[in-house]
Amino acid sequence: MTYTSEGIQLHSSPESTSKQWLLYRPGGDMQWCFSQVKGAIDDDVAEADIISTVEFNHTGELLATGDKGGRVVIFQQEIENKNHPQFRSEYNVYSTFQSHEPEFDYLKSLEIEEKINKIRWLPQKNAAQFLLSTNDKTIKLWKISERDKRPEGYNLKEEDGRYKDPNTITSLRVPVLIPMDLMVEASPRRVFANAHTYHINSISVNSDNETYLSADDLRINLWHLEITDRSFNIVDIKPANMEELTEVITAAEFHPHQCNTFVYSSSKGTIRLCDMRVSALCDKHSKLFEEPEDPSNRSFFSEIISSISDVKFSHNGRYMMTRDYLSMKIWDLNMENRPVETYQVHEYLRSKLCSLYENDCIFDKFECCWNGNDSVVMTGSYNNFFRIFDRGHRRDVTLEASRENSKPMQVLKPRKVCAGGKRKKDEISVDSLDFNKKILHTAWHPQDNIITVATTNNLYIFQDKVN
Amino acid sequence: MSGDNEETQTAEEISVDETEVQDKMISPEKTEEAKLKARYPNLGNKPGGSDLLRKRLQKGQKYFDSGDYNMAKAKTKNKQLPTAAPEKTEITGDHIPTPQDLPQRKPSLVASKLAG
Repeated sequence: MTYTSEGIQLHSSPESTSKQWLLYRPGGDMQWCFSQVKGAIDDDVAEADIISTVEFNHTGELLATGDKGGRVVIFQQEIENKNHPQFRSEYNVYSTFQSHEPEFDYLKSLEIEEKINKIRWLPQKNAAQFLLSTNDKTIKLWKISERDKRPEGYNLKEEDGRYKDPNTITSLRVPVLIPMDLMVEASPRRVFANAHTYHINSISVNSDNETYLSADDLRINLWHLEITDRSFNIVDIKPANMEELTEVITAAEFHPHQCNTFVYSSSKGTIRLCDMRVSALCDKHSKLFEEPEDPSNRSFFSEIISSISDVKFSHNGRYMMTRDYLSMKIWDLNMENRPVETYQVHEYLRSKLCSLYENDCIFDKFECCWNGNDSVVMTGSYNNFFRIFDRGHRRDVTLEASRENSKPMQVLKPRKVCAGGKRKKDEISVDSLDFNKKILHTAWHPQDNIITVATTNNLYIFQDKVN
Repeated sequence: MSGDNEETQTAEEISVDETEVQDKMISPEKTEEAKLKARYPNLGNKPGGSDLLRKRLQKGQKYFDSGDYNMAKAKTKNKQLPTAAPEKTEITGDHIPTPQDLPQRKPSLVASKLAG
């Protein structure tokens, strides 16, 4: 880390291939500005347009979204204008395709939604980009490639494709490649089907770049990216008697560097770390992360709100973060008995659990994410609010994604929820929160301070103000 | 949240207010639990247990029995067809499913509005 004459700390990310810098003002104040919003303005939201997943690729150049209608939209960051650093680069549509379609399993009378549950990018190996997208039952590997040249001057064919009369061909020529308008094509290269009886909630690409895991409510399978007709079951928590079912798998992820290690979280608030070198079937965990509960505090809601909706390893592989209904917890992989940090996302909801149970909001699955150097974490809440916690500076802020704060480069004003008592000016009371406006999916650019949050059907992009 | 709920909430809050001030040590969770049990006295004591999880695992299950269908059809030959329940969660037994009851199975033909 070096200091410039202005006293700004510059930190370069070791993974960056291009020269990207993370900028922090002394004191760690990040000022978030509106950058872009994608999606329709009208209030009448078609169900297909509900965003169900958001994911940056490994360089942050591409941003993929999946929706309930089974469609994927990929945005690409424009090349930054180096002469005018205040014009931060924008994300524009790069490719869009129908990934999954609704299906019906006639044998089981099961309706299979086309909703994209997760998208995960593969690290780039050649000119094309690859991503895995999954619905409840089937995972697909998509290849996204660019075409900016086309061949011209065939010997046997006319330009329109009709075959020439061979008698008219008197000379031989070499076809040439001529430039054409950029075309981005998406094609399904692999379809990984029929391996999950229950609904897939997670996929995770291994650091070996050859395998990936897929997890449903009761089982986790290991696949090879090249092989679609076979997968190995590595975790199976289905009880012999389904009446004895007490917990389900809610999320799973591979360790970012150790290709033998993965974790999975449960509806009971536990996380299990498994080592694939120990045995083929990892039903016995290597580590069990669980925070002891005070039995006197136990209530009807305790187990439901302890259910973990997301688990994410830190980029450095030393920590993992879990999101349950009311909080985010950071765990040191070397300490199983309690988290090292706990952040309250919206503690004021604890006194509203009855209503939240009645309107099913208590079952909402919020995701969480780390910033590029693991110093800041983010998650969503209700009323289109989202929360950012600066671990190092012990600071947190509540911001809102709304069309009212969407002037270019407009700085977002921190929001405050009033839990009870006298409401101050500019505060919003808990009872005024709109529980239909939920931010479940958020993502942080792997290197820069660019964040994206998904409201029901809109995608907001915010950037840290660069001074 | 419906208007009804809000009314019962304020009524309860007024009566519970004083006790809440006294029993600050009682968790808000327990207060909420008491509210829930008051509204739904038949609620079982195993909230995270089998029922909830099994409902989660059965998402997407549709039921159709041709025997039921024909029996129901025969029964209501002279009367009007029974209409779908407002929730449309499960269509079984006497109710005769019609194509209008079943959700649209066609894939989206329209491009995503995010790409617009």
